[in-house]
Amino acid sequence: MSDDSRTSTPRHSLGQRIFHFLGSMDLAITLLLALAIASIIGTVLQQNQPYTDYLIKFGPFWFDVFESAGLYDVYSSLWFLAILTLLVISTSVCVIRHTPSMIKDMWNLRTHVQEKSLKAMHHSQEWDVNSSVDESVNNLAVELGQQGFRVKQTVKENGILISSMRGGMNRLGYIFTHVAIIIICLGGLLDSNLPLKLAEWQGRIQIETRDLPTNQVPAISRLPVGSNAFRGSIHIPEGRSSEVAFLAMRDGYLVQELPFKLEVKDFRIEHYATGQPKSFETDLVLYDDELEQPLEVTISVNHPLIYKGYAIYQASFSDGGTGLSLEAWPLDSGAGHKPFIFDTKVFENRQMHWGEESARLEVLSFRPFNINPDPTEEDPDKLRNFGPSFGFKLRSKTGEAREYLNYMLPVPRNGREFYLSGVRSSPTEEFGYLYIPIDSEGGLTAFNQFLKRLYDDELVDSIAHKMMLETLASVGDKDDDLEQSLQESLTGLVAMFMKGGFTNVATFIETTLPEAEQDTLGAAYVSMLREMLARIYFSGIEPTESDVDTEQQLTFLQDAVDAIGSFSRYDSPVYFLLADFEHVEASGLQVTHSPGKSTVYLGCALLTIGVFLLFYLPQRRFWAIVKNKGRGANIVLAGMSNRNPREFDLFFEQISEQLKQVSGNSQQ
Amino acid sequence: MSNRINTLNIEHDSAVAQWSWRGLMAIAAIVLLALYSSVFDSYEIAIVIFTAVSLALLGQNWSGFRRHLIAVVLLSFLAIWRYGHDLALGETDFFLSYILASQSSFMWMSALFVMATVAYFAGLFMRSSFIEKVASVLTWSATTMGMVGLMVRWRESYLISPDVGHIPVSNLYEVFILFAVITALLYLFYERRYQTRSLGGFVLLIISAAVAFQLWYTFGKGAHEIQPLVPALQSYWMKIHVPANFVGYGAFAMAAMIGVAYLLKSWRETTKPQGLLATALPDLSMMDDLMYKSIALGFAFFTVATILGALWAAEAWGGYWSWDPKETWALIVWLNYAAWLHMRMTKGWHGKPMAWWAVIGLFVTLFAFLGVNMFLSGLHSYGTL
Repeated sequence: MSDDSRTSTPRHSLGQRIFHFLGSMDLAITLLLALAIASIIGTVLQQNQPYTDYLIKFGPFWFDVFESAGLYDVYSSLWFLAILTLLVISTSVCVIRHTPSMIKDMWNLRTHVQEKSLKAMHHSQEWDVNSSVDESVNNLAVELGQQGFRVKQTVKENGILISSMRGGMNRLGYIFTHVAIIIICLGGLLDSNLPLKLAEWQGRIQIETRDLPTNQVPAISRLPVGSNAFRGSIHIPEGRSSEVAFLAMRDGYLVQELPFKLEVKDFRIEHYATGQPKSFETDLVLYDDELEQPLEVTISVNHPLIYKGYAIYQASFSDGGTGLSLEAWPLDSGAGHKPFIFDTKVFENRQMHWGEESARLEVLSFRPFNINPDPTEEDPDKLRNFGPSFGFKLRSKTGEAREYLNYMLPVPRNGREFYLSGVRSSPTEEFGYLYIPIDSEGGLTAFNQFLKRLYDDELVDSIAHKMMLETLASVGDKDDDLEQSLQESLTGLVAMFMKGGFTNVATFIETTLPEAEQDTLGAAYVSMLREMLARIYFSGIEPTESDVDTEQQLTFLQDAVDAIGSFSRYDSPVYFLLADFEHVEASGLQVTHSPGKSTVYLGCALLTIGVFLLFYLPQRRFWAIVKNKGRGANIVLAGMSNRNPREFDLFFEQISEQLKQVSGNSQQ
Repeated sequence: MSNRINTLNIEHDSAVAQWSWRGLMAIAAIVLLALYSSVFDSYEIAIVIFTAVSLALLGQNWSGFRRHLIAVVLLSFLAIWRYGHDLALGETDFFLSYILASQSSFMWMSALFVMATVAYFAGLFMRSSFIEKVASVLTWSATTMGMVGLMVRWRESYLISPDVGHIPVSNLYEVFILFAVITALLYLFYERRYQTRSLGGFVLLIISAAVAFQLWYTFGKGAHEIQPLVPALQSYWMKIHVPANFVGYGAFAMAAMIGVAYLLKSWRETTKPQGLLATALPDLSMMDDLMYKSIALGFAFFTVATILGALWAAEAWGGYWSWDPKETWALIVWLNYAAWLHMRMTKGWHGKPMAWWAVIGLFVTLFAFLGVNMFLSGLHSYGTL
């Protein structure tokens, strides 16, 4: 609210000119708009994401350009802070320049006005009355007082001047709003990460970018308990505790030590009847030596715990290292052995060995239930709970990894039940699924035994031999060469199938047989292979008389053959069956310390009061000069308002009518 | 100056009307508190008292508002009574399904607002004060139906299930109705104050646009279904933060539409001074003044709303300010109007540039209100929890 014309005099010193420039309205408005435009950047470009994401998005060249411009954390970049600082300086200069005159204006009733200037005012009236000067002055003063005006009388040479004012607090509105902005910015500065940046710049702290256990993070990346502001986060598994929080900084983090220990007893998600989440709650225990006994509280979204100026919020949740009991069923030549049974946890890695081969099992996730569209229903909105699942990666020695998702419970499909396991080689792909049929006992034993027989070369040889003899006998031919080549073909077909399923066999047919014979001979090959597979399967099954049983066996055989045929795409020597689990969740907490908060709130209160004073409490002044005129008196009334000129038109009209009535009979 | 006296209506209603109104509000508040003090927490008690005081102040010199509020209360109670405890009655009961169920009320509101817009323009172009009066009545009716719809929807949410129940200001669908109702009320206030109905069509135009969006949102997207609150929104702050914000948005929208009228009139004054627009619209200085009033009001409420948002954020998101896109855009809107007000109050700018600026301001506001939700991700989308 500066008025430049009032203060400008020619020939300023340089300092004065800088001072005036800083306090000028033009600069202030420019800064307001510059700040607005600068703020847009951070809303268009997502802030504080992992640096690798930016690198992928922009490519190496622009990544560097944007990084040096501080665009990944605009609001604490130097140039943004510079604009803010300039705004604070500009506002301060403005306040310093104008507050004295504002305060004066709040109280000063302006007793130095001349009759001439009153008459020249936009709102001015003059009339004569019969009553005496003293009486008129008294009447006017009383009436103005009743209208809420502060009144002062001054004796002038030609009469008495009444000066009055109402709404002087309007000027306070100016001071409040502008001081509020300074206070809010300073409070915000207290809560910003500027001190951290400074410390980093001076080399007193260093951002940690490695994935280390908390206690191995070096001291230079740890912040001791103190009065500094921070916003940290921690994931605490149920039953565990933490005495630190992590502050995300650019592409790394810092460890902030807390003056207390937080233990998560339980984390809960409640749901509405429709399935949407209704609440996220954590039962928290806070240990502090200063407490007689630990503080037990339940926090939830919108209901944080505030302790000693530290606020602890429910922010997110994740898996807290759910315990998994797994059975590793071999799918390779090791089939037939009992499954290897072991326990692991979510986020745990372990090296697995299969004969010569080895791979690293990295358990990624666990879900207690999977509510997905039911593939057996036509309506995609029909949802079904597929039960628990866990996700993992198998990483080979070369570092390549395939991701798997195994469901714990058998999934029904076409009236049969299967163990379901999804596989993909990159996160951008959809899962492809392996369906392993379960046997009449509900287990994998029958499948495992069938696999074992398929890998048993001697068994396959003898079955091939028998089948060869039967086939040739029906033809009635006897030829050693033919015998040998047919037997080799049969075992070869089985081997081909084990390597790459029916697709592999089809490729073989297409690439080695003459085109003319592909149809007839190819079909013969496939049916011979199917016959072989059936013979191998039934070689281990007790013969049965029941048609129903045979029917079931044939269906199982078909499903098993389909599953084995897709092994090459599944690409894992083992199937992990989730036998049991112990669900452990982790509560994601945010811990913040903002010493500037009450300062900011004070600024907010001032701003609110100030804005309303400024807009809705107009400062109105009335003057009246009362002079002797004949036996009565002459009154010159004038008024002004610094807001709402339209309303003041009406107000002046009403007040002057009223004053005319009380000041005695009008002679006009 | 005497010719301007009638452009402002700040005459006070009779003392009897004033005191009976204040008394009514006091009684309503006391009855509410007496009946429910056992289940109210201190914030809810404060909200009841604050609401009663605000309504008493708003209505004491504004008979239209008094009638509106009484109609809203009576119709809402009628609907609640017809519903009883059975939400299904909304489909079968005649009164509910055709008039008072929230969806029906909103349809009435939409139709009435569009009719009012047409009527205001018809009145303006035909120079008929009778049609303009009809337009005012239509606007009041639309506002009443909108408010009743919100009240009834509030009740309906509790009829779905007590844990689903919440005040209907929780999603884009609901706040669009709030926007229409608040903008209309703001307009009606100034219509009475400035004794002119010729700006009604312009202001109602943006309300009709909101109504059109609303209808598309209902029929195209099925957004009218009442959804339970996500945990982040389960807070008493929502009850005050959102309405305060929409007083701001409504006032800024009104200022922009008056800016449009201002620019049209000043354009026609130079090209066709005897034409309809140049003569029928109120004089430029009045529109200029109204634009300022509207922006000042919007700015005051927007300031309060943003501060309330900060207080809420300090309780829900771990800090009073997170530079979340919605927060940042609120700041941008605030800075924009702060600059506007400085220009106007200190540098004394007025007229066309300020009218243009007010119109541009609407687009900034619109982006903060809609664009952020549509194009940017952040905490206000409630994606993480």
